Order: sequence, then C-alpha cells, then structure tokens
Amino acid sequence: MSTGATGYAPRHTLPLRVEIIRQFKRRRTLAMFGILLALPWILVIAFQFGPGNNNGQNSLRLSDLATAGGLNFAAFALSVSASFLLVVAVALFCGDTVASEANWSSLRYLLAAPIPRDRLLRQKLIVALGYSAAAVTVVPVMALLAGTIVFGWNDITVPGTGEIIPAGDVLPKFAIVIGYAMVSNLVVAAVAFLLSVSTDSPLGAVGGAVGLVIVSTILQAVEALGGLREFLPTFWNTAWLDALAPVPDYSGMIKGVAVAVTYAAVLIAFAFRRFRHKDVVS
Amino acid sequence: MTAVIAVVILAVAAITWAVWPADPPPRGQDLTIDVLDGPAGDQRVKLDATFFTPASGGKAPAVLLGHGFGGSKTSVRDQAQRLAQHGYAVLTWSARGFGRSTGEIALNSPDYEVKDVKQLVDWLATRPEVRLDAAGDPRVGMAGGSYGGAIALMTAAYDTRIDAIAPQITWYDLADALFPNATGQGPATGVFKKMWAGIFFSAGGTRLSGLSGGGGAGGAAAALTGLTGGTGGTPSGTAGPGATPLTPQQIQCGRFLPQICDIYQEIAEKGRATPQAIELLRRSSPVSVPGKIRIPTLIIQGQRDSLFPLSHADANARAIAAAGAPVEVSWINGGHDGGDSEADWVFDRTSAWFDKWLRDATTPGHPQVAQAASVATGEAFTVSRDGGRDPGTRRNTIVHAGGDRYPGLTGTATTKIALTGPDQEVANPPGGSPASISSIPGFGSLLGNSSGLGAALDLPGQAATFESAPLTAPLHLTGSPTAQIRVYGQGEVTLFAKLYDASTGQLAVLPGNLTAPVRVNATPAGTSATIALPAVDRQFDTGRTLRLVLTTTDMAYATPAAPAVYRVGLASPELVVPTDGGLSAPATGPAWWTWAMPLAAILVAAILVFIGRVRRADTAQDPALAEVPLQITGLTKRYRNGEKAVNELSFTVEKGQVLGLLGPNGAGKTTTMRMLMGLIHPDAGEIKIFGSRVVPGAPVLSRLGSFVEGPGFLPHLSGLDNLELYWRATGRPAADAHMAEALEIAGLGNAVERAVRTYSQGMRQRLAIAQAMLGLPDLLVLDEPTNGLDPPQIAEMRKVLRAYAAGDRTVIVSSHLLGEVEQTCSHVVVMHRGRLISNGPVAELLSRGDLNGSTRLEDVFLDLIGENA
Repeated sequence: MSTGATGYAPRHTLPLRVEIIRQFKRRRTLAMFGILLALPWILVIAFQFGPGNNNGQNSLRLSDLATAGGLNFAAFALSVSASFLLVVAVALFCGDTVASEANWSSLRYLLAAPIPRDRLLRQKLIVALGYSAAAVTVVPVMALLAGTIVFGWNDITVPGTGEIIPAGDVLPKFAIVIGYAMVSNLVVAAVAFLLSVSTDSPLGAVGGAVGLVIVSTILQAVEALGGLREFLPTFWNTAWLDALAPVPDYSGMIKGVAVAVTYAAVLIAFAFRRFRHKDVVS
Repeated sequence: MTAVIAVVILAVAAITWAVWPADPPPRGQDLTIDVLDGPAGDQRVKLDATFFTPASGGKAPAVLLGHGFGGSKTSVRDQAQRLAQHGYAVLTWSARGFGRSTGEIALNSPDYEVKDVKQLVDWLATRPEVRLDAAGDPRVGMAGGSYGGAIALMTAAYDTRIDAIAPQITWYDLADALFPNATGQGPATGVFKKMWAGIFFSAGGTRLSGLSGGGGAGGAAAALTGLTGGTGGTPSGTAGPGATPLTPQQIQCGRFLPQICDIYQEIAEKGRATPQAIELLRRSSPVSVPGKIRIPTLIIQGQRDSLFPLSHADANARAIAAAGAPVEVSWINGGHDGGDSEADWVFDRTSAWFDKWLRDATTPGHPQVAQAASVATGEAFTVSRDGGRDPGTRRNTIVHAGGDRYPGLTGTATTKIALTGPDQEVANPPGGSPASISSIPGFGSLLGNSSGLGAALDLPGQAATFESAPLTAPLHLTGSPTAQIRVYGQGEVTLFAKLYDASTGQLAVLPGNLTAPVRVNATPAGTSATIALPAVDRQFDTGRTLRLVLTTTDMAYATPAAPAVYRVGLASPELVVPTDGGLSAPATGPAWWTWAMPLAAILVAAILVFIGRVRRADTAQDPALAEVPLQITGLTKRYRNGEKAVNELSFTVEKGQVLGLLGPNGAGKTTTMRMLMGLIHPDAGEIKIFGSRVVPGAPVLSRLGSFVEGPGFLPHLSGLDNLELYWRATGRPAADAHMAEALEIAGLGNAVERAVRTYSQGMRQRLAIAQAMLGLPDLLVLDEPTNGLDPPQIAEMRKVLRAYAAGDRTVIVSSHLLGEVEQTCSHVVVMHRGRLISNGPVAELLSRGDLNGSTRLEDVFLDLIGENA
C-alpha cells in the first residue's frame, strides 16, 4: 500500500531526461563543450599556420606525425587533451552535480519531493558519467573530423617505428581507445563525485579531484616507488597508445581498467553510503 | 571524510615504506695482496684488491668477482656491494696488468692469472668471515663478465676449491672467437675479427688506459668491460710503466706480456692465425681444459655479442655438462655489442645460483654431490625476449622464456625452410673496401638498439641473396640455423653469411646484428660447405621471409685485398632452422590482481551500499494515524557539540489547522522542519505524517509541500522552467501539478519566463511558496513565508494560507513574528531552546495571557519563554 500522494512512485522520480535538461542549460556545461569542440580546430589552425618545423626531418614522435592524417591527428588530440583537459571536464561534470544543488539550496527540495537519496545519486551519477563520456568522445571524434577535412583520410603512422596501419583496421581500435579513455577517467569521476556529496562547494569538489590527479601524476614520476606506482590511479592513463601499435597489446589497458574500476567502485560506494546518512543542512 | 583520511594515511605509509633508504652499502676494505706467479712461480705481483665483509655477519661463503678487460676492481664495486648485502664475503681485485695491480697482462693464462687467483683463494681461507669446507679450502664461488668470466672458468679448471661459478659473456676458445669460421674448420682457416681484436689489444695498453682514465675512451673500453662494465680503465699516475719514460716496446705493447704482444702483432699484420697464436690463445681458454671443470656452472651469454657469440656459451655448457656437473644457460638481451645488460636480473640469477650451490648446499658443489642435487627445480635454459613496451613507463620490457632443459644450438626440433635464388656472381672489392656492415664492435648501439631492431648494410655487387617464400605460420628460431652453399671460383674465398628477417616494403632486420664468417677453398667446379649461421633467438612472423645473404666483405673483419669475382649458389635449398617449443615465457597475461582487485572492490562496494539500507517496514503506515497530518513524539536532535537543538518535542497537528510554529531565533523551529522533510536524522523520537514515519525519501513526503530556509532554484533556468522541471522530477503526472494555481500564487506575471538569477528576493520567495504548493499537498510547511514580502503581499499570503487550509488541508507556518502568527494561524506551538513551551489554539493561548492584563500574543509569548519577568 502506497503511503504517498496519488501518482507518486519512487522509481519515477528524477527521470534522466529531466536531469539532463537541468544540467545542459548551465553555462559551464555549454562552455566546456564549446572548448572541447573548438580544441581540434585550434590545433588544426596551429599546425597549419604556426611556424613549421618541417625541415624535412622525418621525426616519428606523435606530435610530429599529427599532420599525417585524420587518424593520426585524432590520436594526437586525444593524447594532449587526456592528461588534463578531459580530466577537468570529467571532474567538472561529476564534481559539480550534487555540490551545486546544495549550493543553490535546491537539493533539499529535491530530497523532500521526495526523491529517495539513493535514486537521486544514481540518476545524477548516470547523467554526470554520460556528460563525461560525451566530453571524452567529442574531442577525438571532432579531431577525426577536423583532421580528415584538413589533412586527409590517411592510414595511421605509428609513432616510434613509423609503420603504417590501414585506416580501416584502426577505426575499430579507435573505438576501444575512446572507451578506454572513458574508463580510465572513472577514478577522477568517482573522486569528484565523492567530494561532491561531501561538500557544498562545487569548485571544491572539482578542484579536489583535479588536485588528486596532479598528486598522482607527481608520484608516478618517483621511480623509487617501483611497482607501487602501478596502483596509482593515473599510471595507466596512456596505455591506450598500445592499442594503436601494429601488434596491439592490451595488457596495460586491462590493468588500467582494473585499477580504475577498483577505485571507482569503492569511492562511489562510499559516496552513496555517505550521502545516505548525511544530514542535509545546506 | 574519515575514509579519505584513511586512504591518504595508507598511501603515505606505502610510499614511505617504498622509498625508505636501505642500509648503507658496505664500504669494503682496500688492501694489497702479494702473489707469486709465472711458469716457475717466482714473479712477485702486487694485486690491488677490496674485501667486502658479509652484511649478515658471521661466517659466510665467499665470492670472487672478476672484472672485464680494460676495467679494474672498481668496475665491479656495485655488484660486490650487492652480493655482500646479500650475505656473501666478496673479494674483488684488479687482475695483473690492470688498475693499480702490477704485472703484465697474460690473458688469463694458467701460468699467471690463474696462479694469482689460487693465491687469492688461499687468502680467503685465512679470513675469519669466510666459511671453510676444510682447512685452507673456503666455500667460494666466482663470477664476472667477459675477461672476469673467463678467469672464473679457468680457475675452476685448475683449482678444485672453487665450488660454483657464474661466468657471463665470455669465451670458450679465444682463438675461435678471434678467427671464426662458420664451416667448422677451426681458427687456422678462420677470418680475423680485426676490429674486436684491435679494441681488445689496445684496451690492455697504456695508450688506452691513459685515455680511459681520463674518461674519454667511451664505447670501446666500456663495451669490453661488458656486463661488469662500470667506469673501467686505469686510474692514471699509478703503479706501472707510467712513472718512467716508456720504452718503444712499452709504447707498442702497453701492459701486455711481451710474448703475447709479439704474437698479436704478427697475427694482426697477416690477418691470419699462426699455430703459436692458436696455441697461446687456447691455453687461456676453457677449450684447453676438457673435463676439468666439474662444478655447478651458470652460463650467461648475450644475444647481442659479435665478440663472444652464443656458440661459445654453448661449447662451455656442453663441455661442463659432459664432465657431469650441473649447468644452466641464460641468453640475455645485451652483450658486447650493447643492448640491455639486464644487470638486476643477472644479479638475481647469479645470487640465486650461489644461494643454491654455496650457501644452502651442505657439502660443497663437487661433482658427486652435485649430481645428486642436480634434479633441477629452476629453469635450465632461459632466453630473454622482447616483452613489448611497458604501458606505464613506455619503456621496452624483457620477458624471460624458460625451459627445463638446455637443448644446445640445434634446438629440440628443426624446421626446414626452402630457400630459392639462382647462383649469383659476387665481387670482392680491391682492398676490401667499401665493406658491408653488420655490427660495429664497441659501438654496437649505434646501429641497432635494445629493442632488437638491427639494421645492417649490404653493398650491391658484393652480396648474393637467397630468400624463402613468405611464412604461412610464425616460426620461432632458437639456436644456430644451418645452410649449405656452393662456391665457384679459384682459391680461398671469404664470405659473410647473414640471415635476415625480411618482408617486402620494410627494412630487413638482422637479428642481433650478427654475421657468420665463412672461409672455403673454392674450385671452378664448385665447393660445397655447410655453414652454421649465428645463433639467435628470433620470432619470424607470418608473412615474413627468411633471407640468406652472403657478402664478400664485412667492416669488422679482415678480408682479402685482391679483387676477385666468385659465383655463389645453394648446395641444398634447405635451411635448417632449430626451434625450441619447450621454452615458455612466464604468463605475460594479466597479473592476478587485474581480475581479483576489481572483483574485491565491487564486493566491498556492494557491502558498503547494502548494509544500512532503509528497510521498507520503517515507512509502513500506522492506520490509526492515517488521518493525522502530523504527529511528533519525543523528537530530539543534538548539535555536534552535544547541545540539544530540539529536545523531547511532542505535538500533534490536526486536519484543517493553520499551525504557527513560534519561537525566537534558535528555538529549533528550522531544525524541526528539516527533520519533518527527512533532511536530517533525529537522534531520538519520531515524526509521523499521515501515520507514516518520516525517513529520508519516505514516500509520504510526497504529500508534504515545503519551503524551508529560503528558496532553492536553478539560477540559469526561468521560474516557469524551474517549477516544471521540479514537478517532472517528482515523477508525478503533470495534470496533478495545478501549475496555473501555483503560478497565480507566485504572481510573477511575465517574469516567470526570465532566468531566476534576475529575480528579486521577494520574487524568489513567492516562487518558492508556489513550488511548495505544487500538487496541492495535504500538508504545507512554510518557514518564515512572509520574509521579504511587502505588506500587500503579506496580506495576500495570509488569505492564501487560510483558504488553503480551508480545503481540509493543513498548513504549518513558522515565524518569529508574533503578529504574523496571531493573524494567520488557528493554532500555535511555542518553542524555546528546543523545547515545547505551549501548544493549543491561538485563542486559548490568548485567554491565558491575562496575567498582565494583556491579550497581545507578544506579551503571552514573552511570558511563556520567561523573559518578561
């Protein structure tokens, strides 16, 4: 027997579509996507009009191969954005989501509507992860488009060895790369989310998650840590490069997924637990 | 937050543990040991040595650690310290003719260097730190690379007190190493390895030692010191011929023994081996002591070594195994030509070998004991292979494929590959120049790199090429392939055989940058020869071809100066490729934690989430109270500091009432309302709305409309969007919202289309009250609803609230404004410091207020809270 008002059902509260609209119309969402969509074109312009270092030297670094074709350019765009820009984007979408509601005081009205706390978090997490995934996807896809228009649809040239892999073979791997980039950002998402339910300051949650990535990156450079570094959340972030090698090696990516899933599962569980027992005073 | 702190503490602890400095390495004790050597044992030599006492203390087995050619005892200092820390007494010394030691280089001769080392063993037997097997017989092993590896082998043959050895990248037959012939006819007809021989010779001279003492010799000397290589060279201005003016002989020969110098000059000039040279070189080689090395031997040889190729390790292994001693063989990545010397892995392997045969063996590892114990548990044969790039560090990694048995260079099985190619004419250029390039001795890393990408150069007109069809299945070559060639011409013909991993369109790779020199006596009718190609470990992928190239020149070797043309063909199309399918790399698949860790994490996460879920029974309705909008019993909430914000509060609100919740700031009104909304958890007591207990997210809250502590809107959305999205967020049918009535109450006119961030305080307030009334909830809770409204709006609001309650609904209004409550409410609850002071109809309360003859609620209130005294 339902004790609620007629027509009320907990499982119908906060539909995803509503949360997507609530978040989408925000300026910071639009600005972030604007930056992400513009970045490939800015890079294209930089490569086209910047003072070139094409002195005939056949260098095989990823950055020098960026103009070899759309696929190379997309790989380059992903590599330069993955280490920081995408981290910030993911931290923003996941760190802002609950903390900003608390900041606006709208959180208490949602909870009193009532949207059950677990459901509120679940729906917000799904939408935040969805926006994060979109952010991670949008850069390489737009770079692929921009690179193909400007540099042509060419086979990919592997950095380091200079080997050529047919474009048709690489395209499905590119999907794997994008998928991996999403998964490896799960840790950032989970940290940001946990901070988001713990604080009323959206910027604190975003900054905290980005700060953690910076600390992890610094620790990663300390060789004395040896094998321990494998368990740092950022250690495997560049493992996707192996998927584009002539003989793809997925072992690093598997480890990366394992580390990311581990941190994300525990941190998100803590977020739920914390939010469930929290006194909402904002 | 505690979880975060716990994680941080764990991380800091792990890091501290990882980077905590280890004990300082043992410094070692420098000393000079006087020895007598020479054929007659009458030449006095002062050996410069360093003794490292075992870190474990007590009596420990000893290890003699030899250095590479051109190096000195300082070259092996790091390994010595590590071995000492590992629990061994370690003695390093500069061999005679090197470093500060006196004497002249005799190339590990049994008359000189071997005698020296025997006396070092005598010396060890006198040390209190060294464990003895018998009086004068210490438990001792020997290790070292290149020149230092050869002395280990030679001493093992001449001194039975040595119990185990681990020579690295060293020779079996020095004559064969300098005059190789892949036809197997021996060094007498071998092709002179002139560049290596030159480097070898000059590294022993003062000319080079002066240079390397200044740190300028670079690649050549460093390559010679090989695996043990460190700084190398002789400290300048030390004992030796440097102090006095040099004689011409000294200038020519440096610190070599004169007779060795003479022989070298002769062979270098002729480019051919003389019988005396072969005799002398072999006396310094394990080939001269067959059956005499009968102790456990770990042979480590490099795959990138054109000086002492894998065939030397193979010959040593077979000779020692034939004598009945346990032998294990490892092919590491690097060698004299560069590559990765795998110092850590070699150290681990060597120390494990000594642990097994020196430290843990109850009796020393002599033959009879050794055979009993030779049921090898370890891997008898390991090959370092390319393990791809480490995804984290982006560096090349090496995996060690291991097998239970060392199969030699002929493999455990063979695959025959058909080569095709017509007979081809090749020319020997006059003066042997320009020459093809396979490796550049001493500078091997210039051509290839550690990842095994070996490029090589063959010159057109000098090379005959025979190629297989593209492979239909991968082929893993481990060992020395053989081919049969036929050479047509006149007289002695020198050729260099290389087996490439080739494919169309890409640079062919010469595994290990190795070539096999061949010398045959050609006849016009043709001479057949079976040639052993360089031993390598190489995976040929599907689609690749095996390409056999025979060139007339190679930069590293002495070739005939006379121009000539020969015809070269295949005597048999079959290339015999040895394989070893028993070698298996340790599982390179995901480590155990890659699946265990996420599973454990998901389990932990599930436990964290599911323990402490709200049980459904908690929110079950009490039928007796189904018509009571609100019942609060014994409600208590403490602040963090323990002070009670709400203390034992109990009251009931009936349908149709407009209840005023009255109290000064801090009386606990807002806290009560937050508990009413399920936002904060009461410490004690309970709230029931229509008979259902309030917990976070309780469904009954859908019958409650609330406005507490100010409005909460998304500032970027318009007022209308905010209301609509809020209603959609409740998941209830749009028709139940009564949006039009709500908007009317808000009274915002066209402003509802503007973004909320542009609203005034009063507009937001009205919009928030409208939001609270969406769906016309049965119980409406408003916290200070008239704050920020102007008087006409306040009056309007009173009407709205009274009308709202008239429809059998209930309204609770909190306020600190007494007049407000008096005019709006039918009932009042007075709170002060978290406690209920009074409860009842407003009229009833006013009638009690005749204490001071006043009927103003304000006076009654002040009286009630006891501040009117």
